[in-house]
Amino acid sequence: MSDMFAWMYSDVVKDHFMNPRNVFSPDENFSYDAEGITGSVKCGDQMQFMLKIKDDVIEDVRWRTYGCASAIASTSMLSDVVKGMEIKEAYSIKPNDIAQKLGGLPDNKIHCSVLGDKALRAAVDDYLVKTGREGLFRNEGTKVICTCLNITDRDIEEAVKAGARDWEGLQERTKIGTVCGGCKKEGEELLHEYVHIFA
Amino acid sequence: MDRRPVYLDYNATTPLHPVVKDTMIADLDLYANASSMHEAGRRARARVEASRAAVALLVGAGADPEQIIFTSGGSESNNTVFATMFHLGRKGPRKGIVTTAIEHPCVLNSARWLQSEGFPVTFVGVDDHGRINLDELQAAVGSDTLLVSVMAANNEIGTIQDMAAVSRIAKAAGAWLHTDATQAVGKIPVDVDSWGVDYLTMSCHKLYGPKGIGALYLRKGAPLEPLIRGGHQEHGHRAGTYNNIGIFGFGTAAELALAELPAYAARVTALRNRLRDGIAQKIPKARINGHPVTVLPNTLNVSFPGAEGESILLYLDLAGIHVSTGSACASGSLEPSHVLLATGVGPELAHGSIRFSLGRDTTEAEIDYVLQQLPPIIARLRAMSTIEA
Repeated sequence: MSDMFAWMYSDVVKDHFMNPRNVFSPDENFSYDAEGITGSVKCGDQMQFMLKIKDDVIEDVRWRTYGCASAIASTSMLSDVVKGMEIKEAYSIKPNDIAQKLGGLPDNKIHCSVLGDKALRAAVDDYLVKTGREGLFRNEGTKVICTCLNITDRDIEEAVKAGARDWEGLQERTKIGTVCGGCKKEGEELLHEYVHIFA
Repeated sequence: MDRRPVYLDYNATTPLHPVVKDTMIADLDLYANASSMHEAGRRARARVEASRAAVALLVGAGADPEQIIFTSGGSESNNTVFATMFHLGRKGPRKGIVTTAIEHPCVLNSARWLQSEGFPVTFVGVDDHGRINLDELQAAVGSDTLLVSVMAANNEIGTIQDMAAVSRIAKAAGAWLHTDATQAVGKIPVDVDSWGVDYLTMSCHKLYGPKGIGALYLRKGAPLEPLIRGGHQEHGHRAGTYNNIGIFGFGTAAELALAELPAYAARVTALRNRLRDGIAQKIPKARINGHPVTVLPNTLNVSFPGAEGESILLYLDLAGIHVSTGSACASGSLEPSHVLLATGVGPELAHGSIRFSLGRDTTEAEIDYVLQQLPPIIARLRAMSTIEA
């Protein structure tokens, strides 16, 4: 706790915030094969990834972020981590993986500021479309939320992107929680998070 | 710069005035219970009453010092008024509560509490400078209105309300009028009579006094239900042993605030304008929020499109400059400043807002240091941003 009072975030976050790695600069003429963007000005955080890919391996990466310190730091950290990584593996990275590498983040920050994984997935999806493999990783790294109907976090994300805004709307699109209903709490939390990010 | 940090968050709280500090230290041993009949108690009581007179004088109630009730601070004063309305509304025909969309959370949440108890509550909007929409207020106030509560000056953008105009509307309808003057007292002249208010909230730590002490002005004849019941202190309005040292500190702070007000206002206005003009000149597309003229002399709220507030705040923090932001990230909620949103500023500008609040210790060198540090921070954040400035 004393570290958190000494500075708001961990030393790693502070370092990445003060010295962000792989930031996009227009002067550099960075050429890239795919890009992805997520978040919105309205929610206060937006991230963009630009990837140079060869043989399905991320060779180099640049990013831009509008957001708070943990948004900047988490995107910077993620950009370091994915260099040299296969796109399939990169697709499975979770916000908690990034938070862990950063030496921890306050809970509320993990949900609202760690959008880098989603921007990264959007960039990989962009690459898959460009190489004629649209949707190849659709089930990569997903977590089943509704065990009765095998509905994943990705399904919830897609439903929100397609217009679901509340639990009833989500159920209309996915049938989530219509059998035992035990997933409602977790499902609603994800719904709330995705509505904030994508709506 | 040889003096760090540069503290520009005086609307959050202020350091002790050196004279207040000296007085409090000298008074630390005045331990006697000011309710006691013996000599030591009477001596403490005399100091309590002298402090009460000083606080009364500061808000134009010098003729009626007994109308000042000491509380633990602004939140308690506000809560006392709303609790009083709860009791009145349950028994009487009037139940309507009318307040504004830009109040401090303390008033907003008190109003929401009454709403949850079945009281009809209206949150009147403000214009793009943060001034209450008087036509909307007029339309909201009627024969069923119990209380009108309008803050005198806003903590985030500094906009000052026309309390006399608000009073005419409230009084014509026969409603009680409360103002949260926490940010106004000590920064601008405050006068309970020309403002025409029945209740006025103040907090000592905003005017270079200690925390944990505040006051409520109560007009003669205005009802009051104690929030804290117990002994007979404060004419039965607020029980609890007198907070000697806090009250003495408040008295001294009030005396000094009144005496220093003209010089203070002139000084911080000049420094605030220097900061405002410097930012406008050095940082493209910076947007000044709040009212250009009818604003607290020490307050400057600016939005920087393309840069997010928490990041700006923390880069400034690393440069030894302390400010606050209306960004959602800093609030712990998902929504940015309700005040800026109410003035019609979009979410992006609200997320990218910084409040600079100056004080009696602020120097020109500090302002120039900020003007040197801030532009490259904004430029850097904009360069790595997905959002065009």
